[in-house]
Amino acid sequence: MKNFSFMRLSLWFYLAIFFAYLLGPLVIMSVTAFNSPGFPRMTPWECLTFEWFGALFSDERILNGIWNSILVGFGTVILSVSMGLAGALMLTQIWPKLRATYYTVIIAPILIPGVVLGISTLVFWDRINRMLGLGADSFLSNGLFLTIIGQSTFIASYCMLVLVARLQRYDIALTEAALDLGATHAQAFRKVLLPFMKPAIASAAVLAFLASFENYNTTTFTFGEYPTLTIELAQKVRYGITPAISALAFIIVVLTVFAALANEANLRRKELVAKARKEATVEELSSGRIRMPGFLSSNWAAVALVVVACATVVVVGTATVYSPQQCIADVQEQKRLETEERINELRRQRDLRRQQQQEAEQGNAAEPNQSQPTGNNSGFGNVFAPSALSGEEEEASEAEEAPSGNNSGFGNVFDPGSLNSGQDN
Amino acid sequence: MSAGVGVDLENLWIRFGDFVAVRDANVNINGGDFFSFLGPSGCGKTTILRAVSGFLEPSDGRVLIGGNNMKGIGPNKRPTALIFQNLALFPLMKIWENITFSMEIRGASAKERRKRADELLDMIALPGQGDKLPSELSGGQRQRVAIARALCAEPDVLLLDEPLSALDLKLRQHMRTELREIQQRVGITFIYITHDQGEALTMSDNIAVMKAGVIDQIADGKTIYNDPSTAFAASFVGENNVFRGKVKRVMGNEALIETNRSGDLVARISSANQGRMKEGEDAMMFIRPEAFTLAPEGASGDHFVTAKVNHEEFEGNAFNIFMEGEGGKELKVSIPNLGQSFEDHTGQNITLEYETNNAVCVPAGELAAE
Ligand SMILES: Nc1ncnc2c1ncn2[C@@H]1O[C@H](COP(=O)(O)OP(=O)(O)OP(=O)(O)O)[C@@H](O)[C@H]1O
Ligand SMILES: [Mg+2]
Repeated sequence: MKNFSFMRLSLWFYLAIFFAYLLGPLVIMSVTAFNSPGFPRMTPWECLTFEWFGALFSDERILNGIWNSILVGFGTVILSVSMGLAGALMLTQIWPKLRATYYTVIIAPILIPGVVLGISTLVFWDRINRMLGLGADSFLSNGLFLTIIGQSTFIASYCMLVLVARLQRYDIALTEAALDLGATHAQAFRKVLLPFMKPAIASAAVLAFLASFENYNTTTFTFGEYPTLTIELAQKVRYGITPAISALAFIIVVLTVFAALANEANLRRKELVAKARKEATVEELSSGRIRMPGFLSSNWAAVALVVVACATVVVVGTATVYSPQQCIADVQEQKRLETEERINELRRQRDLRRQQQQEAEQGNAAEPNQSQPTGNNSGFGNVFAPSALSGEEEEASEAEEAPSGNNSGFGNVFDPGSLNSGQDN
Repeated sequence: MSAGVGVDLENLWIRFGDFVAVRDANVNINGGDFFSFLGPSGCGKTTILRAVSGFLEPSDGRVLIGGNNMKGIGPNKRPTALIFQNLALFPLMKIWENITFSMEIRGASAKERRKRADELLDMIALPGQGDKLPSELSGGQRQRVAIARALCAEPDVLLLDEPLSALDLKLRQHMRTELREIQQRVGITFIYITHDQGEALTMSDNIAVMKAGVIDQIADGKTIYNDPSTAFAASFVGENNVFRGKVKRVMGNEALIETNRSGDLVARISSANQGRMKEGEDAMMFIRPEAFTLAPEGASGDHFVTAKVNHEEFEGNAFNIFMEGEGGKELKVSIPNLGQSFEDHTGQNITLEYETNNAVCVPAGELAAE
């Protein structure tokens, strides 16, 4: 009995750790999107703010990156799903002895590093471009084209795997039945096979879009004039990270949750409808007066979806009227006081030490507190805010240095006016 | 009655690599007939049907439908409709859409289709079920929908590939009569495939018995049952007792067979083999269990069989006696139950009598597996 409860306890413990590991980073990142400091951090909590979302939506490069990613995503979806479908159909038609080899060949792109695919796409199309005698601004060297082609080389394989799984459950007799009833091959494909494949095509499309959206290492060679979101983010992070990126992450997380709930709600509704149909009488079915279950009835996913939607509306509503200026000012004031106090404290310690030194007559000792502030920040380029390390002395020294242009590292991502230089820390 | 469109197979060969699935089949199917191919599993029945419907090109020979050579004509251009072994109803379409799929292909309006579907649903006794999905029907109902779907295409020849094999016994028997009724109502040629001899005998005008790619006999059910032309046909269709031996003497259309175990017995030579059985050749003789009667003990002659009884059973409509037979196989005798008294013979020798007309002999050949 005791043993058993211990087992249960450790199981829960394990689950907690597992989910913390999975979701913890996302939760923390989401929280930092609402905290006012200029470096994404959860503690200390300063002020609730929505300004990072504003900063995100006024950042031309991020917006442009999102737009490019969406363009590339749609192109990749269309290309990969059609190539994947063709590959999957081919697998069922091909001579059985060749099937295993064919499968290996067509799966290989998944195993090849994305970097290699990116470089080879670039080289290959460049060669073709030259062979055709086209200039550097031709369609074949267009970043959008190259990125879509490059990503599709391996995303098509993912799509094929998804489609093959569904296709294996397809009874070829259905196509034969359609042919037998007078359909042409094209009609049999469109009216029988395609509807059957629809769910798998939808999953493959979602998968392809997500894989394309998050791709970096292939795209980095091919993007040309069309930097995608991942490329933009990577370039930005080089100069320092701001909570605007957390805001973007938060939006993506919320969209994902929405999509997942909508999907679940839809599945449940279908189940309920199927059940209702099964219980319906013939008259009800043929007259179309069958009582369909309500959207929310016994469908937790639909309820959750509505709740999340309401919460989103409330948050967005709050964000438009809420102004954290007062809070930020308070925090600044408080910080300034704290910093002053600390500087005073340090001065006092220094004086004390100097006195002691003088007393001990050891005047040659170096001054560690003064040499550190100048050397510390430059090496990291502000990527790692030194304050996060929260050594007492460093924090103090940072505070000393702050007025002399700490913000510059962030570029003009956000309005420097709203951020007083001292408040950054 | 030759109203419908006939089907002819001429010297039809179908090979898969080195494997010969159909060997030199010659069949004439009259228009409007209910014709069955009967044979054990794997003998090539489906293969023949696929050649008729156009999914397989013959390796040799011709398929004629209504006298026209079908070479190079695809399944969607032939006047046939196939009912698949597993039905192959479109799972995502409603019943009425399934039934009228062929009309959709021809570009009929939804209203026309709906109307025709309702007519056909009435015919197959499923009125008003058009809005269901195939998964929402029972096995027998799905069966009927498959028939309606094929009929909706208005084929000249309907091909059915063991359509009843997935159903339970009761339903199967019910569907037999229903299929036969439908065929008589629409008056088109039905080609039916089965390995169940009961189905073939009850429904068909004519039956082709197949064995491993070869057609052994084509005739109506009564002829096949009473006058089989090969040992395989005799042993495959219905229960039969076999006696092996040699032809001792041929007397017109009767022969005296020197059997291995039961002495000399007389039998009728099956009509396909008359004039072909020579003295001294190996022969087989078949007598049905119900063709025997009990004879007085000790009676002997060329139409009496004596053997030891292994066991007996009572089947309701008959008493079954199992006696020592040839090659480890028991000799089965069925005495109809007409209310007479019946004593136990287990362990005793008894003598049976048959009429010469009820014993048939053919040249020795391969028997159907049990
Ligand atoms: N596509 C094919 N390739 C190779 N051999 C095949 C092919 N189709 C059928 N065969 C072979 O041909 C033979 C006849 O097959 P067929 O499907 O016609 O049998 P059947 O009489 O319909 O049997 P069942 O009653 O089990 O359906 C079988 O031995 C089978 O292995
Ligand atoms: Mg078959």
